[in-house]
Amino acid sequence: MTESNNMLEIKGLTIHYVTDDGVVRAVNDLNIAIGRGESIGLVGETGAGKTTTALGILKLVPNPPGKIIDGEIFLDGEDIIKKSEPEMRKIRGNKVSMIFQDPMTSLNPVMTVRDQIAEVILLHEKMPAAKALEKAEEMLMKVGIMPDRAKDYPHQFSGGMRQRVVIAIALACSPELLIADEPTTALDVTIQAQVLELMKNLKEEFNTSMIMITHDLGIVAEICDKVAVMYAGSVVEYADKLELFKNPKHPYTIGLFNSIPDIGNDVESLKPIKGLMPDPMNLPTGCPFHPRCDKAKPECSEKIPAGYDIGNNHIVKCILFNQ
Amino acid sequence: MAEKFLEVKNLKKYFKTKRGWLHAVDDIDFVINKGETLGLVGESGCGKSTTGRVVLRLLEATAGEILFNGEDVLKFNKQKMREMRQNAQIVFQDPFASLNPRMSVSQIIAEPLVINKTVSSKHEIQKKVASLMETVGLASRLENVYPHELDGGRRQRIGIARALALNPSFIVLDEPVSALDVSIQAQILNLMDELQDELGLTYLFVSHDLSVIKHVSDNIAVMYLGKIVEMSDYASIFVDPLHPYTKALLSAIPIPDVDIKRERIILEGDVPSPIAPPPGCRFYGRCYARKDICKDNTPELLPVSEGRSVACHIVHEQRKG
Repeated sequence: MTESNNMLEIKGLTIHYVTDDGVVRAVNDLNIAIGRGESIGLVGETGAGKTTTALGILKLVPNPPGKIIDGEIFLDGEDIIKKSEPEMRKIRGNKVSMIFQDPMTSLNPVMTVRDQIAEVILLHEKMPAAKALEKAEEMLMKVGIMPDRAKDYPHQFSGGMRQRVVIAIALACSPELLIADEPTTALDVTIQAQVLELMKNLKEEFNTSMIMITHDLGIVAEICDKVAVMYAGSVVEYADKLELFKNPKHPYTIGLFNSIPDIGNDVESLKPIKGLMPDPMNLPTGCPFHPRCDKAKPECSEKIPAGYDIGNNHIVKCILFNQ
Repeated sequence: MAEKFLEVKNLKKYFKTKRGWLHAVDDIDFVINKGETLGLVGESGCGKSTTGRVVLRLLEATAGEILFNGEDVLKFNKQKMREMRQNAQIVFQDPFASLNPRMSVSQIIAEPLVINKTVSSKHEIQKKVASLMETVGLASRLENVYPHELDGGRRQRIGIARALALNPSFIVLDEPVSALDVSIQAQILNLMDELQDELGLTYLFVSHDLSVIKHVSDNIAVMYLGKIVEMSDYASIFVDPLHPYTKALLSAIPIPDVDIKRERIILEGDVPSPIAPPPGCRFYGRCYARKDICKDNTPELLPVSEGRSVACHIVHEQRKG
């Protein structure tokens, strides 16, 4: 048991995909903690291991080829790695639920949206079917869909509306932890703004903890309390939002900020990070970022840096901060 | 003095669908000066990509004029079109879908040279391909690899090299970076910028991302449901957006800065269907500033100050009174 009152605490999580061609080290020694009602942003580029981490929390990593090699995941003080599949089924959609990126593929095309919401409710709560349908309509109202559309099928809705339905399903059993995997990436900006606003309000209403997976630092600035920046399967920097945005330390985080065209100021040319994301099957030795880092020293290629606490709960995985 | 390179007048592109005419591009006008970039921005379905394609006659326009150096492309015969195509190229959004998976990198880049017979000997083609690969920053060892072996950023560089093969003066960039991660996106944007300076290229840059558009453009046109609602130089539109849609669009972008506190305008509903759109302002149904006049009268894109025009009755009224 853990001592803290954290909603979720992940310690040393390591997930590998074992394939015929080799081992993909998708997540390596990941440590994060989320308090009740708190939201954390998991930021990084394609292949950083964000989605695998999320699937790991729900024990949904496809096995084979995926495997949780090591680590502990405490949900409300209980280690879910030790839980059996039937026990996990009671947790998923109930205590922890997930919103996937693509609302087109995460809904059942041959079920009305109301029935899909009621399905989750009936799975986890004992109540007559008629009552569940009623509750489903209430949930639809909460996400801004009028009851006259409750009996429509997903294809009759636009992308933004479908994502609202997905959110309604995710929140139907009042989960304590919500994992949102790029929930607005498939949407246009004005629709994204609607959905983010909705999520923010519902999160407050239900006092849900949230993991927001995104590649967009703008969304993090808006919705999260804490930020974990991921690179090649590791959290390279971890801090409160204000601290991270005002005082980014890890060379990768700084590179990420410099790569984004700034809408407020004019810059002549962007300062991209040189090179490419490493092949996760063939990660560089030592710090995974060192081949792209302009501050790399010879030691960087030898040893995986530990996370150094530089104060204000700001953790940086870079030997430059080893005091 | 800026020289007009491309001028588009009253351009329309309608598609016939089962439910009626789809007004993808509905009567738009714009000008791009030589060596400059026009950024065309809007949400999905606003007609920005269609505009890019119609300008190159990859899609036939329904009506209007497209003047390249004063000549109307729509009146060109096959022979003239062929010449024009050498001069005007396109880079597509999806570097995964726009490259032939069965051709090697050098074959892809050489293809336009072979088809147009601009270079005769094999040796010269090789030389040209090598120099193009160097221009876009592809290592020469990648000559014989296939697109599936490469990452998105490198594939997009192949697409750019192919577009440059015939020494064009104009390139339509159709969301060239939206499939890429930010660190790679920045590399490609810098490359496009350098190429423009070196080769004096003129760009039509289509994107949904306002911060990218701001970074690359000299002028910006905001589209909504087939219409240009606002035109401006790249800077003023961000300081002082005029059209209610532009304002909402700007306020909707999440900015990676924790100090900026903004008044966010949340628009109601979705973009309506472009099939048989109602008369009046296209934005009427979602506009928070609408008045009765907007319902039945289509606002014209009228100049409001130096280099800026807007299509909104409300703004026009304010300016008048």
